[in-house]
Amino acid sequence: MLRDMTIGQYYPVESPIHRLDPRTKFLGTIIYVVSLFLFKTFWGFLLAGGFLVMVTILAHIPPKYVLKGMRPMLFLLLFMMIFNLLLTPGEVIGEWWIFSVTKEGIYAALFMGLRLALLVLGSSLMTYTTTPNKLTSGMESVFGFLKVFKVPVHEMAMMISIALRFIPILLEETNKIMKAQQARGADFESGGPIKRAKALIPILVPLFVSSFRRAGELAEAMEARCYHGGEGRTKMKPLKYHKGDLVAYLMLAGLVAGCIFIP
Amino acid sequence: MSLILDKINYYYGKGTAFESAALKNISLSIPDGEFIGIIGHTGSGKSTLIQHMNGLIKADSGSIYYNGKDIYDKDFKMTDLRRKVGLVFQYPEHQLFEATVIKDVLFGPTNMGMDKLKAELAAYGALKAVGIGDDLIDASPFELSGGQKRRVAIAGVLAMSPEILVLDEPTAGLDPAGRTELLNLLKEIHETKGITVILVSHSMEDVAEYAERLIVIDEGEIKYDDEPRKVFAHADELRKMGLEIPQCTELMGKLADAGLNVDRNCLTIDEAVNSILKAALSS
Repeated sequence: MLRDMTIGQYYPVESPIHRLDPRTKFLGTIIYVVSLFLFKTFWGFLLAGGFLVMVTILAHIPPKYVLKGMRPMLFLLLFMMIFNLLLTPGEVIGEWWIFSVTKEGIYAALFMGLRLALLVLGSSLMTYTTTPNKLTSGMESVFGFLKVFKVPVHEMAMMISIALRFIPILLEETNKIMKAQQARGADFESGGPIKRAKALIPILVPLFVSSFRRAGELAEAMEARCYHGGEGRTKMKPLKYHKGDLVAYLMLAGLVAGCIFIP
Repeated sequence: MSLILDKINYYYGKGTAFESAALKNISLSIPDGEFIGIIGHTGSGKSTLIQHMNGLIKADSGSIYYNGKDIYDKDFKMTDLRRKVGLVFQYPEHQLFEATVIKDVLFGPTNMGMDKLKAELAAYGALKAVGIGDDLIDASPFELSGGQKRRVAIAGVLAMSPEILVLDEPTAGLDPAGRTELLNLLKEIHETKGITVILVSHSMEDVAEYAERLIVIDEGEIKYDDEPRKVFAHADELRKMGLEIPQCTELMGKLADAGLNVDRNCLTIDEAVNSILKAALSS
């Protein structure tokens, strides 16, 4: 069970999108999402949808995989569409029992559904094509201006990278501790909610103790290698814009233009 | 008491693209009162094998019989097996979690359904057996030294009165004095309680000195299952598997090759010393 958990949804494949600078992808996603809320007509959504399809193809990710990302949203999506369909006031088209369907309702439901779907699909594309560490690096750069306001941007990025790095280690540790306690007769599967919550103590306490121990050791190791925070620190893989990024920014400009000229 | 493994197979990542055989056709018979050593290179399947013995891992094919009963039978109570086959993982001190030493040692017996008085007696007895003094009974396990923590963790398993005690590299990370102390403790438990002790180890010297029976695992298969003396006679085969023979055995082999009339199959320093003296005095 714990063995099969994968963090993030990074889809490892070679593609022009994968090669893009994470900053481009991050800013691109923001522009894309904003555009979805600025478009009011079908043509706008067509442009956004076309943009999405183009990026998906360029990213060499099988469409089935991308659509899988919609699964957790499906229920909510359907619910909201039906809500809009049945409760929007306006020109009534049809009636059924106590519900009335209006023309405005159909448009509202359709656009809401489209907007939500495009939103989820588009943002998940970013995580499919960017490794968590690259993303953190990109965000650290994009939010760098906040350093002027004393926001600890570098420290937060470092915290995120370390946390990501330790997820598989802690998962394995949890597995080991579970087995050791099971060897002493611990049972994590049966009983009501209270019993099960209590049964977690023999796992959580050793896990916390071990995490603190690891944190202490890591801090010492980092200090021993002269880590002193972000001041003057260089990167092993500095983010550099390439030709592909220029093309991407041009396409995004096209999208922005679409926002302005298409209602 | 007997634990029999019959044609056990286990695969990692079964059904995925990364499927690989961890255990291949393993058959083993473990009777009462033996001191068994298990050696094998890292990744050979030792840890996987011992986790089958107390049912933590279920074999993909094959059967395991405890006292004649099939442990994979749906009526078989796995908790009973885990009480009888006590498994101590590597770095067992990482499993300590209770507020006091005695409470942690009571965890096992209580889970197994022992009544309060019996459980407390068992816990006190186990702590005494591993050499933890009365002054530490109510201390927090997190205040103990590394060696003490380890002994408390072992006591936690001993308190369940297992018939087989399986330990995965119990001396890992201990200083030489600590190692000798722990191994002698295991030997004493083996002799006084008559339980079977299974020691998974990377130290050829340790298994040579303490084990009566040595099992060698390589790539998920049992390559040797015999007395240590006979197993270590196959130095070349063992080396091909990434293992070694005890240092003094290797030395005696070289001395014998050089023409000295010594017993090349000595396993311990004491035997070697006696053999060299005998050879020297008789010439």
